[in-house]
Amino acid sequence: MNVRAHVSMTFHLDKCIGCHTCSVACKNLWTDRKGTEYMWWNNVETRPGTGYPTGWEDQERFKGGWEKKNGQLELRLHSRARGLTNLFYNPALPELDDYYEPFTFDYQNLFNAPEGDDQPVARPISMITGEPMNLEAGPNWDDDLGGSNLYAQNDPNWAGVAPEIQAQMAEIERVAFNYMPRICNHCLNPACVAACPSGAIYKRAEDGVVLVNENKCKGWRMCVAACPYKKVYYNWATGKSEKCILCFPRLETGQAPACFHSCVGRIRYLGVILYDADRIATAAKAETQELVQAQLDAILDPFDPAVMAAARANGLGEDWIKAAQASPVYKFVKVWKLALPLHPEYRTMAMLFYIPPLSPIVSTIEEGLVKLELPPEQIDFELFNHLQKARLPLEYLANLFAAGNVEVVKPILRKLLAVRIYKRRQSVEGTIDQATLQLVEAAGTTPEEIEAIYQLTAKPTLQERFVVPPYHREMAVEVWNDPLAHKGETGVGFLELPVRGD
Amino acid sequence: MNWNILLFQVFPYVALALLVIVSFQRMRGKPFSVSSLSSQLLERRLLFFGSVPFHWGVLIILLGHLLALLVPQGLLLWNAVPIRLYLLEISGLALALWTLGGLLVLLYRRLSNRRVLAVTRPTDVIVLLLLLVSILTGILTAVMYRYGSYWFPSVFTPYLWSILTLRPRPELVADLPFWIQLHVFNFWVLLAVFPFTRLIHIITVPLGYLWRPWQLVIWVRKPRRLQPVPPVAQPYPTTSAKPQAALQDKGGAYGSD
Repeated sequence: MNVRAHVSMTFHLDKCIGCHTCSVACKNLWTDRKGTEYMWWNNVETRPGTGYPTGWEDQERFKGGWEKKNGQLELRLHSRARGLTNLFYNPALPELDDYYEPFTFDYQNLFNAPEGDDQPVARPISMITGEPMNLEAGPNWDDDLGGSNLYAQNDPNWAGVAPEIQAQMAEIERVAFNYMPRICNHCLNPACVAACPSGAIYKRAEDGVVLVNENKCKGWRMCVAACPYKKVYYNWATGKSEKCILCFPRLETGQAPACFHSCVGRIRYLGVILYDADRIATAAKAETQELVQAQLDAILDPFDPAVMAAARANGLGEDWIKAAQASPVYKFVKVWKLALPLHPEYRTMAMLFYIPPLSPIVSTIEEGLVKLELPPEQIDFELFNHLQKARLPLEYLANLFAAGNVEVVKPILRKLLAVRIYKRRQSVEGTIDQATLQLVEAAGTTPEEIEAIYQLTAKPTLQERFVVPPYHREMAVEVWNDPLAHKGETGVGFLELPVRGD
Repeated sequence: MNWNILLFQVFPYVALALLVIVSFQRMRGKPFSVSSLSSQLLERRLLFFGSVPFHWGVLIILLGHLLALLVPQGLLLWNAVPIRLYLLEISGLALALWTLGGLLVLLYRRLSNRRVLAVTRPTDVIVLLLLLVSILTGILTAVMYRYGSYWFPSVFTPYLWSILTLRPRPELVADLPFWIQLHVFNFWVLLAVFPFTRLIHIITVPLGYLWRPWQLVIWVRKPRRLQPVPPVAQPYPTTSAKPQAALQDKGGAYGSD
């Protein structure tokens, strides 16, 4: 057992209101520089939809992630030799238009326009060429299912979903959608790291954050194509790749990342997870249907004395073990088994876990979907017993979070529904009837667990949502310098400006 | 000092000195500035038709020059049979034309595409023009002064070795035709501008990728990690744990007030 710690994440999709505050917090903090305008290290997509960059899940085109070839795990993008021959032109690299051309507006024209009959307007200007442009795409172009016949219908996760249910996306009264915020998943088996010819991308062993060493990056841009989530971006101005850094400067000073901290819906949880590094190789190679379980198996119980001893032997401090025990992520992922990684079939072992969303409570009457003539208290039961008729189809959610395995998603939705029904009975009617208790049991949970889930879902404090372990950065300097010498030298030296080289 | 010595003896050493010293300094001192400066994100169609033929063509042609420098006897032996000489010359010329085509596409792309123009610096154009001179003079040499692969071993192999072994004999190229001299001089110019331009990405070719492990995991505090495991109550390992404990009675490590 080779125990390591990972600062891991959970997003509760039922709580996301799609306000994009996370995206803006990230943008203001990290990507409002030249060359990064088009990047959204954090973005919020409307699902169903094609996301950002458009169609990023189409791995036939973008060649992201890993695949099993003859029992071996290989990058879908290239073999090692092919990686070198593709340096001159990378066929799988997305183009700027797959994201969008960044733009601003000619606001000065509002002040400087000569007097005339028409009101002056601020025309859009490209932030790359500085010339006027016509907007054909932009951030969240398909927000809230805008243009859904272009975007939502082309969502690859419709695979296996009945055509008549897909057809609902064209009918405005029957449409259902949810939001999906995405950041770098800081995978256990990252494809971007493996694809980098220069070896510039690495995973920090202490907390699992995946970073690009900007000094070693030579702009071969293989990482951009290899990341199946398209969460590595190429800075066209500096000629280097950049990605989400999980706000490590904030983490190291005890603060949650900016997108977590600013989350209005409080959907985000951050905490330490202990995992067995020796099990990564086998878990990434598991059968497609068992990928989720294999990944959960690699996550260790921080209360297990054997795990704690192995963690200590690996140099993990007592405070990190404590943080792992208090981790909300561990509870959601492993104890309550409510959260799943996005697209486990990419085999990168994403360490960002999503709690799948429940469908809206009411639905249409026809087509055998939830019946409206039922009294409201029975609608819940109806949905609970007929999850396959939920408005967000089970197959769709399974394609997103379980490599198409419906049986992985179903118990989660049932448990989430049980929590909802139980708490509604309790708070609205004051008593829990026998039918509800039976339902709770059928969902494989208990009233105590429901209370705990409810507590962490609906009423968690900041300290419960973000259990940031103490990084002891004050000690880190000892690795490369005498602390007293470092104290005297701080602020003296030269920094290289992040400008494009010749 | 005449022009011959200045251009083909002094300048080569200036170029080589710049190449070695400045490249080393830049790689070590300003690593962030070293990049392939790819613009594929901004434009990909023309890049494919330009970059692929250009890079592969230049690579093979440079390897050919290198072979002629390293094993001149082998080249002469190969050329002893006329048909083999013709084959070599024809394929060399074809490669050069292929490379030229790629380079022209790249030049056109760089100057015509608005997005690419936005990231174009003067040095980018200078490099492309120098390469254009190199390829054009090379093609002229191949066509007008046949057969290059036949006389290269007796003219350039000794000249280049004389430079590299610090016993320069610039007179070897003194009487060559203008276009061939330009080809040689332009080569030294390319070496001289190498560390100041994007050409430097040539030495960053990541051959190590062929054998490095897939995953890179880096311990920030690896040296600390190897130290003995601290007692349970100790939040993190410190080397001074024991002395501190011993000093506790006397008011801690830094004495009492």
